[in-house]
Amino acid sequence: MPPFGTFFAIFVLVLAGGLLSPAPGRAAGGVPLPAIATGNGEDCVEDPQVMRRWHMELLRHQRDETVRRGIRTKKYSLKECIACHAVKDAGGVPVTADDPRHFCRACHDYAAVRIDCFDCHASRPPDQKAKAPTAAVRAEAERR
Amino acid sequence: MNRIAFSELEGRTVGYYVLLGCFVLLALVSVASAWTIEQQGHWITGMNNQTPWGLPHIFSVFFILSGAGAFVVAAMHSVFCRPLYRPVARLSGLLALALLVSGIAVLLLDLGRPERVTIAMTTFNFTSALSTNVFRYTAFMIAVGFYLWTTMEPRLDRYSRPLGIAAFLLGVLLATGIGAELGFLVARKAYDSAIMPPMFVAMSMAFGLACFILVLVAVFGATGRDLGGDLLPRLGRVLGLLVAAVLYFVVVKHVTGLYAAERRGVETFLLRDGGAVTSIFWIGQILLGGLVPLGLVFHPSWGRTRRGITAAAALVVVGAFAQLYVIIIGGQSYPLVLFPGMEVESSFFDGVIHSYRPTLVEAGLSIGAPGLAGILVLVGIRLLKFLPDRLPPAAAEEGPAPGA
Amino acid sequence: MTADGKGGTMEGTDTRRRRFLGAGLAAGGIALAPGVLLYVFGDDAAAREAGEPASASVRWGLLIDVNKCGIDCDICVTACVEEHGLEGRGRPATDPQWIRVVRVRDPRTGRRRSLPMLCQHCAYPPCVDVCPTGASFRRADGIVLVDRHLCIGCRYCMMACPYKARSFVHEEVENQKPYAPRGRGTVEACTLCVHRVDVGRVPACVEACAERGAGAMLFGDLKDGTSEIAKRVAAFPTTRVRDDLGLDTGVYYIGV
Repeated sequence: MPPFGTFFAIFVLVLAGGLLSPAPGRAAGGVPLPAIATGNGEDCVEDPQVMRRWHMELLRHQRDETVRRGIRTKKYSLKECIACHAVKDAGGVPVTADDPRHFCRACHDYAAVRIDCFDCHASRPPDQKAKAPTAAVRAEAERR
Repeated sequence: MNRIAFSELEGRTVGYYVLLGCFVLLALVSVASAWTIEQQGHWITGMNNQTPWGLPHIFSVFFILSGAGAFVVAAMHSVFCRPLYRPVARLSGLLALALLVSGIAVLLLDLGRPERVTIAMTTFNFTSALSTNVFRYTAFMIAVGFYLWTTMEPRLDRYSRPLGIAAFLLGVLLATGIGAELGFLVARKAYDSAIMPPMFVAMSMAFGLACFILVLVAVFGATGRDLGGDLLPRLGRVLGLLVAAVLYFVVVKHVTGLYAAERRGVETFLLRDGGAVTSIFWIGQILLGGLVPLGLVFHPSWGRTRRGITAAAALVVVGAFAQLYVIIIGGQSYPLVLFPGMEVESSFFDGVIHSYRPTLVEAGLSIGAPGLAGILVLVGIRLLKFLPDRLPPAAAEEGPAPGA
Repeated sequence: MTADGKGGTMEGTDTRRRRFLGAGLAAGGIALAPGVLLYVFGDDAAAREAGEPASASVRWGLLIDVNKCGIDCDICVTACVEEHGLEGRGRPATDPQWIRVVRVRDPRTGRRRSLPMLCQHCAYPPCVDVCPTGASFRRADGIVLVDRHLCIGCRYCMMACPYKARSFVHEEVENQKPYAPRGRGTVEACTLCVHRVDVGRVPACVEACAERGAGAMLFGDLKDGTSEIAKRVAAFPTTRVRDDLGLDTGVYYIGV
């Protein structure tokens, strides 16, 4: 007869251990919760709880729409996320993803989920530059 | 019919562990090289925008082709019904799997983003020979795996012939796919050709059989098994036939290329003006990889000695690397012709012969293929009954002698 | 038929002319209405709405008048480098080049030409055929792109491209432009400045050539018969590089 009694005892112990262990951040010795900087502006495009759960799915869907179909809506655009959630250092310059204070790094370091978005994507908003007058240049190019 | 007993290798000798350790070392060097390349970027290798494929691809293609072709020995037993090869059919299947897996491993380690191999395994483009190769690799490995199971389980013995046929055909299909990878490329004058797939099928069998002969001689010699009798000379003559077939395709390809004015440029580059590529072609591929092995295996006395046949097999392997160098590197060295008849130059190396110099780190990466293959074969023959205790006496052969 | 031979009814008005006028006005209205609507709403429609996908009713292309290219001019190249942050590391063999100047010399006559060579944005791109993950793809409006999220860096497309248009990113990239993400281990090529085209601008090379160079490059919709590029391609003899391959490229050259 398999020792069901023993299995049951071990199961209860493991369960109890899990339930009774201190929640992260609450007890001494736990990993501190990440310091998530608040973004600029009023609200994020979705609820924080929705964003925590679904932001990668939203970004992945948006990237396929943008890259493959050329749809450049702003709501879930990575550039807009970065513009709003830029974290500035002491000199007022936004930090890059190499810096642990970067918005995405703060949570992802805590969750130990490595992201490679910023291997390719710029991790801070662009400097504001004057844009070229589009209609005039286009007309000129067409004229020639 | 004599019952042949198979057994695992005892494998507790110092020699076994030392050899295994050497192969493990090669594999570790390869992993370390791959890590270095991933950390620093491919600029530390000799591969660049002019020659995007290099030494790792030469090794990878060699091992994948040899893997597909090493099964030819098992096929001679199960498909072509030559009982002479029955004792070594299992080893042939093991070697096929080991070589194929090693070739794929090096190919994956060289990717620009190897962590995305999961994308390569789940997203497919059915017009891409490289993409559909994933299915061919898998199908071949599954067929060979099941084939080996049927050879080892007496109750399944009746399935070994159909599975052997299936695995053999899948191996031919796999080699065809590798040839199509290059043969489908219209961009490069050295590749765009329908002869690439059949040439690669012949190459796969020649290279695979050469590897098999070397492994057979090494394993039997190291374990004190007698390799006398007709098996080795027969294998040698089959190798000769396959090498002759490869030479045939090579001659046809280059003569056709010389005939067509549009290809004369690339052909004269490869055959006469290419410097290192030309020397490797004539000396490595044709002489050492083709004519000398032919002379050895069909020689009345050398073709019957273990040394002669082993030397021929080793030279075929040397010639194989030479041939793949000429195909892969030579084909990329010749510049793309954008404006036929014109002289061109640019900051992007248009109009000039592209030179390729492998660096130490990509050699380190490539050496993982023999490393992993060695590990898989050594561990395999120790875990399962791949090796025959002894070859049956020559009188056990039942079928008619094959030609030559 | 009435006795006087005219149609219509004897009693009351002659409705034939009314019917004729009505039909004529209706026909005229139907003929004019599309033109009126186009005049009011239509444009060459270069700028799409943000939520609109790229459409196959458009085919973006380039027309390059090589007769105007200066022998030593490389304004298009520097514009592209600046636009996308392609500054190299001083390693020409591995540095990327999305557009390059190819100098052509006819050995029989000595005639020299200088022309820009870039991704030709083929209609039947070999790079798209061979990409194992489908990362190399052709957008509906004709622009051939690399979806770097899927690119595994196998460089098969580089082997397949007849124009050597593709570059591999051989090392880490820093300070990427936000509209031109690029990173180590993926393959890249001219995107026809898709981030500009989608908002109604022209590619950086075309703009720079118009502003600072000889104005040799023209960008537009090849499918739009009223566009300057379509008119010129119809009016002047043009060639496409390696047209014998049957790839139906989108870049036309005059004077090669």
